[in-house]
Amino acid sequence: MSLLWLRFALGCYFIGLVYAFVALRRTSDLFARIALHAASLGMVFHFVSLVEVFLSGQFVWASVHNGESLLAFISMTFFMVIYAIYQTTSPGVVVFPVVFFLTFVAAVDQQPVLLTAFVQRRGWLIAHIILIFTGYAALVLSFGASLLYLLQERRLKSKKPTSLISFLPALEVIDQIGYRSLLLGFPFMTLGLLTGSVVALTTYGRVNFLDPKILLSVLMWAVYMIMVFTRWNSGWRGRRAAILASFAFVAALAAWAANYFSTIHRFAS
Amino acid sequence: MRFQLIGVNHKSAPLEVRERLAIPESRLPDTCRDLTAYPGIEEAMVISTCNRVEVVTHTANGHADLRGFLHEHFHLKPEELDPHLYEFREKDAVRHVFRVASSLDSMVVGEAQILGQVKEAYATARAVGAVRGQLDQLFSRAFAVAKRVRTETAVGSSSVSIASVAVELAKKIFGSLHGKNVFIVGAGKMSELAARHLMAHGCASIFVANRTYERAIGLAQKFNGQAIKFEDLYATCDRADIVITSTGAPHAIFRREHGEQFLARRKNRPMFFIDIAVPRDVSPDMAKLDGIFTYDIDDLQQAVTSHVADRRKEAEHAEAIIASEVEKFEARAATLDVVPTIVSLQDHLETIRQAEIDRVRGRLGQMTPEQEIAVEALTRGIINKVMHTPITTLKSAAKESEATTVVDVVRRLFNLQVKGKDDQAELAAKKDEVGTRQ
Repeated sequence: MSLLWLRFALGCYFIGLVYAFVALRRTSDLFARIALHAASLGMVFHFVSLVEVFLSGQFVWASVHNGESLLAFISMTFFMVIYAIYQTTSPGVVVFPVVFFLTFVAAVDQQPVLLTAFVQRRGWLIAHIILIFTGYAALVLSFGASLLYLLQERRLKSKKPTSLISFLPALEVIDQIGYRSLLLGFPFMTLGLLTGSVVALTTYGRVNFLDPKILLSVLMWAVYMIMVFTRWNSGWRGRRAAILASFAFVAALAAWAANYFSTIHRFAS
Repeated sequence: MRFQLIGVNHKSAPLEVRERLAIPESRLPDTCRDLTAYPGIEEAMVISTCNRVEVVTHTANGHADLRGFLHEHFHLKPEELDPHLYEFREKDAVRHVFRVASSLDSMVVGEAQILGQVKEAYATARAVGAVRGQLDQLFSRAFAVAKRVRTETAVGSSSVSIASVAVELAKKIFGSLHGKNVFIVGAGKMSELAARHLMAHGCASIFVANRTYERAIGLAQKFNGQAIKFEDLYATCDRADIVITSTGAPHAIFRREHGEQFLARRKNRPMFFIDIAVPRDVSPDMAKLDGIFTYDIDDLQQAVTSHVADRRKEAEHAEAIIASEVEKFEARAATLDVVPTIVSLQDHLETIRQAEIDRVRGRLGQMTPEQEIAVEALTRGIINKVMHTPITTLKSAAKESEATTVVDVVRRLFNLQVKGKDDQAELAAKKDEVGTRQ
């Protein structure tokens, strides 16, 4: 049943996906409003789906697909918070495709790979999942903002006539969205990794730093830290920030993909 | 729908002609009165702005001599005036009024001022009774159309002066301008204007640097700002988010190395240079730095021009709206044209009915209330049944070109009197009644 709700949500997010492509070409307030409503409706379905998973009793939260679904939901929540503060749907250009992709993967079928290993500290595991996903969602948003920043900067520098009519918010607003997401996401990511380490330690008795999942996670965290530091220390923006953000994003993707071949984080013993 | 319009505008007549036709605001009421007193004119209104002088009328037969009126009123010879005049009738006049109110006929397409001017002209003419039923409807609709054009198209969205384009650009970079600092380098008129615009949009403080320190002080005082010695320019410039520069220096005074210094000190927060000097004050390689945005006078001018071009594009969309609105207006006006006939017909038959009842009542003697009701219902029923087809035919004919013929035939057949123009308002009110009854 939860899968059905998720597929409904996917349908709604599809409208968001179409918006993301259209918005890059031309401005349409009406379409932005439609996409926003569709995304809100999608979130309702999505929430129902997540609650059903949670209430199903079995601890299936740690399946990769449910994780993707949760990540998509948190990303959408971030998007909505930004909309509430800045009244802009433009981060949707990046967030909608990512959310659609994650939901799509999650909605394909029931996840066969389940966490069957005996986990001693279930509370820590739940904390780990939620913290790290919030960190991921913030990273997605920050990455999106840095791309939008580049786009807007290029438009302004090109001095082309169309540069004044654009769906993008002001450069500083995009910058603020990116920076605030970054600042918010960093502690979540750090705490998420720490709780993950605690779970790993109690389950396996040690943390194997050579495991691809852990290695990539640490790498991602390091890039994340460099981003926060360069921004705080010398106000890196624009191209340099975008390069770093892309790097962190790729590292995050790699760390996520490592779920499929990590021995520790396989969700299976 | 016997509208007639005559006038000149910025496209049809040079300034010298428009000047001679311009009517001062104080004389508008008199002109409106003169117009309504002129043979063949029932209602009239005058729109007089710096770009146009137009007389809009509703006439008795659609052929009032408006040219003659202008010749007399302005004491101009036909050969002086006529080559510059344009004249529209009926549907074309409606379209022109809609276009003018929607600012599509303006020199700067989309400028918002014209609608206010038309509204004023309308209020003046209405106050002296020169605008009643027909023109009232035309202009009420024109204002609604103008609003529709404004909301459904972007025809009035972009600004069209260098100073306002500068503000718009600054907003694209900084979002809100609240708390932003402005630096004026070289105290010129144009930079002062741009600074004034920026301050009006919320900029916090202003710095002024000029080769002549006294002039810097003078300008700074105007804005409650701070004068900076020219030699301290590079040391203080990074405090500003927006720099407006217009010195007479023969070479660029802001070069790449300066930009790098500023950015380092500002922790890479963006800076916006508005360079209105010729030759330019900001070297082109500054723009290559991330976080520095420079717009020179040509770039600003180009933005202004493109805004005008954007408006033209949007104007095409607006024209389509106007075309459909003209059709709607024409259809409504035509329906309104048949209303007097329908009302007269109803009145005529009602009189006959009453007369017949009175006549028969004498023969029938005293009737019970039930019988009274029955007779009323019977006669009314017959009248309504008989009238149903002619009224339906009239209404459907109103939408076709044959309306006038059908109206004439019905009037002749029933020997109906044409109501005077004073009854127009009453008739308009009855229109709804007719609609409800049928």
